[in-house]
Amino acid sequence: MATDGLHENETLASLKSEAESLKGKLEEERAKLHDVELHQVAERVEALGQFVMKTRRTLKGHGNKVLCMDWCKDKRRIVSSSQDGKVIVWDSFTTNKEHAVTMPCTWVMACAYAPSGCAIACGGLDNKCSVYPLTFDKNENMAAKKKSVAMHTNYLSACSFTNSDMQILTASGDGTCALWDVESGQLLQSFHGHGADVLCLDLAPSETGNTFVSGGCDKKAMVWDMRSGQCVQAFETHESDINSVRYYPSGDAFASGSDDATCRLYDLRADREVAIYSKESIIFGASSVDFSLSGRLLFAGYNDYTINVWDVLKGSRVSILFGHENRVSTLRVSPDGTAFCSGSWDHTLRAQPQALLLEVALPGLEPSDRPGPSAPVNLRGCARPTCKTTCSGIKMGPVSQKLPKPAFQSTLFK
Amino acid sequence: MSGSSSVAAMKKVVQQLRLEAGLNRMKVSQAAAELKQFCLQNAQHDPLLTGVSSSTNPFRPQKVCSFL
Repeated sequence: MATDGLHENETLASLKSEAESLKGKLEEERAKLHDVELHQVAERVEALGQFVMKTRRTLKGHGNKVLCMDWCKDKRRIVSSSQDGKVIVWDSFTTNKEHAVTMPCTWVMACAYAPSGCAIACGGLDNKCSVYPLTFDKNENMAAKKKSVAMHTNYLSACSFTNSDMQILTASGDGTCALWDVESGQLLQSFHGHGADVLCLDLAPSETGNTFVSGGCDKKAMVWDMRSGQCVQAFETHESDINSVRYYPSGDAFASGSDDATCRLYDLRADREVAIYSKESIIFGASSVDFSLSGRLLFAGYNDYTINVWDVLKGSRVSILFGHENRVSTLRVSPDGTAFCSGSWDHTLRAQPQALLLEVALPGLEPSDRPGPSAPVNLRGCARPTCKTTCSGIKMGPVSQKLPKPAFQSTLFK
Repeated sequence: MSGSSSVAAMKKVVQQLRLEAGLNRMKVSQAAAELKQFCLQNAQHDPLLTGVSSSTNPFRPQKVCSFL
C-alpha cells in the first residue's frame, strides 16, 4: 500500500541519517584522543643498529609460486602451499621434505600447521579447508586420510587452527570468516561484515581472549568476538586491499599490509591507526607482515621482490632484504623468534635468522642499484586467482585501486 | 520486498555503529607508551634483535662431517 511504502522510505532515510551522524561521532571521539604520534612517544628510545640478515636455508621443491606457509610449534618444521596444488612439509634445519600431498585444486592459498604438529590444514580454489593428519608410516597415503572441514562459496584465502587441533578459523573470497569443528565439520560461528573478499586473518595471542582480526578487499580491518560472531572494532584507513594482518605480541595492537604499498599499526585500546610504515620509493603492495618476538621489528614482504624491516616504534625502515626473484607472497617469524621464513612466486622459501654480529656485512646496496622490477612492469595478473582471468592484470601499488576488483563482480569484467 | 531488506541492512549498520560508538577508548599517548614499554621490556629476549651466537644458532651453515 502506498502508505507502507512511504513509511519504509522514512525509516530508511532516518536510519541513513543516524548512521551518518554516528560515523561522524566516531571520528570525533577517535580524533579527541589522538594527542600524540607513536614515533613521538618513541623519540628517546635508542635507535636500532645495522642489521645483517643472511639467508641460511633455501627450500626448493615447489614447482610453482609459493602462496602460503606456516611454522610448526616445534620451531623447525614448515608447511607451505603453492599454485600448482602441492602442499609440502619441510624440516627447515635439514631442508628435507618430510611430507608432500597434491591437492585436487590449484592455487592453494592457505595452509596452517596444527598446534600439536600432527596435522596440517589447507585450501584454496576448491572453496574448502581440508585437514590432513601427518603420518610417518611410509605405507600410508596421506591423501587418503584427508578430512574436508570447511565449505565456503568462494576461494579459501586464509586458515588457522585455534588453540587446539579441534577448531579451525577460515577466511574466504565469499566475504565471510567462519569457525569450524574439525571432527564433525560443523560450522560453529560465522562472521559477516566485510563488503568484499576477506584475504587474511590472525588470532589474538591466547592471553588476550577470544578475538581475531581479518582484512579484506573492502580496505577494512575488522576485529571479531569469536563467541558471539560480532564485529567489535573496524578500521578503514588503507587505500586498497589489505593482504595481511598480524597481532602485535602483546595483543593490544595489530599490523596490516596492503596493496596501497603501506603497512599500518592499529592500537585496539586507542581504537585507531597509530603508525604508518611507508616510503615514497616503495610503490608495490605489501603482501605479508609479521612481528619479531618483542614487537620492535615488523617484517613485510612486498610485490617488488623485497622484504622491508621496519622499526615499529620509530616508524623508520631499518633494513631492506633482497634474495627473492619474484614477489614475496608469505612471511612468518618462527615461534621462538630466532628466524623468519619468506615464500615467493620464485618457487622458493628462504629462512633467515639474525646473522652473527661478527659476520661480514652484505654490501650496502641502494634500492635503485638492485635488480628488480623497474616501471613499467608486466606483473601479469594480480595475486587473486579469480583476478587472473578477469582484470587487465597490471597492479602497481596505489594506482591499482582504480582497477576493477574481481571479487563479487567478476561477471561484469569479461 | 527490496525496500524492507535494505531497511534491515541499514538497521544492522546502525546497530554496529552504535556498538562501536559506545567503546571505551584510551588516549594514544597512553596506548603508545604501553606499546613502547612492551618492546623495551622484551627486547633482550628477541633473538632477531640481539642476534644468536653461532654455537646456538640452529640455522648455522651446515658443516660436512668427514670420517678419518
